[in-house]
Amino acid sequence: MCGAIQGGPSLDGVDVANQAVIQGIVTRDGEPVGNAYVRLLDRTGEFTAEVPTSATGQFRFFAAPGEWTLRTLAPRSASVDRPVVAAIGSVADVAVTV
Amino acid sequence: MSRETALVTADWVEQNLDNDNVVLIEVDEDASAYDKGHIRGAVKLDWKKDLQDGVRHDFINQERLEKLLSEKGISNDDTLVFYGGNNNWFAAYALWYLKYYGHADVRLLDGGRKKWELDSRELTTDTVDRPATTYKAAGANDDIRAYRDEVIGAIGAKNLIDVRSPDEYAGRLLAPAHLPQEAAQIGGHIPTAGNVPWSKAANDDGTFRSDDELKALYADAGLDEGKDTIAYCRIGERSSHTWFVLSEILGYPNVKNYDGSWSEYGSLRGVPVALGDERGEA
Repeated sequence: MCGAIQGGPSLDGVDVANQAVIQGIVTRDGEPVGNAYVRLLDRTGEFTAEVPTSATGQFRFFAAPGEWTLRTLAPRSASVDRPVVAAIGSVADVAVTV
Repeated sequence: MSRETALVTADWVEQNLDNDNVVLIEVDEDASAYDKGHIRGAVKLDWKKDLQDGVRHDFINQERLEKLLSEKGISNDDTLVFYGGNNNWFAAYALWYLKYYGHADVRLLDGGRKKWELDSRELTTDTVDRPATTYKAAGANDDIRAYRDEVIGAIGAKNLIDVRSPDEYAGRLLAPAHLPQEAAQIGGHIPTAGNVPWSKAANDDGTFRSDDELKALYADAGLDEGKDTIAYCRIGERSSHTWFVLSEILGYPNVKNYDGSWSEYGSLRGVPVALGDERGEA
């Protein structure tokens, strides 16, 4: 695999108008990280959900509107926290570098 | 039971990869994860296709379990080490189920699949074939399984631990957002149950928190060590994880998993239900 795709996974077939989507891609040195884990923490820091990244380093959550933190864990890296705001009808795209 | 007998480390697993009496069993929420790569020699169990009855609202009976484990090449005296994704959520369910049918030596790989991957340990896509066995289950052990009437009787009397998310506990949600099936008729929780989301028992890397942290977590939710305990969630999987913590790691006596959980309780007519963030009255 050479080079990372920009942004999160394709939104074909997703009813974005009724969802608060948080998605993105995890990269290291410009290459996608396909064996990372992304955790969704709520505004109090409480664990809400976790997904493994796809082979292309991508991930997606259907969240509720509000403030969230994405915590990314990847092999041979310290965990990385990124704040993100979700809203119905919008797609919050987050590029995480580990 | 104790942490030392309930859990094995990833290093221990690596040292026992060629030990024929240690059988690794991968159980994932996403059953396709195994096919993308698994620990060498690990057998796959699909929590739904393999372990659910398919007709009755129940898991498979003893006869079907014996057939399944025989085909998988598992013997009665094997040490079974379960692991999987999502902090060992479904691995803990399969472990509880095998313990229910009396398998003697069952353990969890601390951290599960996630810790193994984060450590960059080896995964393979090799096909695993173990010679068939003749597995004989010891029989059902209802000391670790609670049924609805016992749960109703436990209101205000025993420790009830609801391990779902706060929104499910309060009745604002019927199921985790990504798992819409098998919802109950109504939302809420069993009155007097404390709410300790199952995931609080694990660190970020999927390993279990220390004994002291775990004891404090449940004590803060009002768990009385002098009383029997019943854990429940929506369909009995997340509560298997909490049953494992209380019974197998901390060694508390008389801990049961109510596998009917909210999908059953929230569909019963006439039983008491509490709404909102408060526990409610007996």
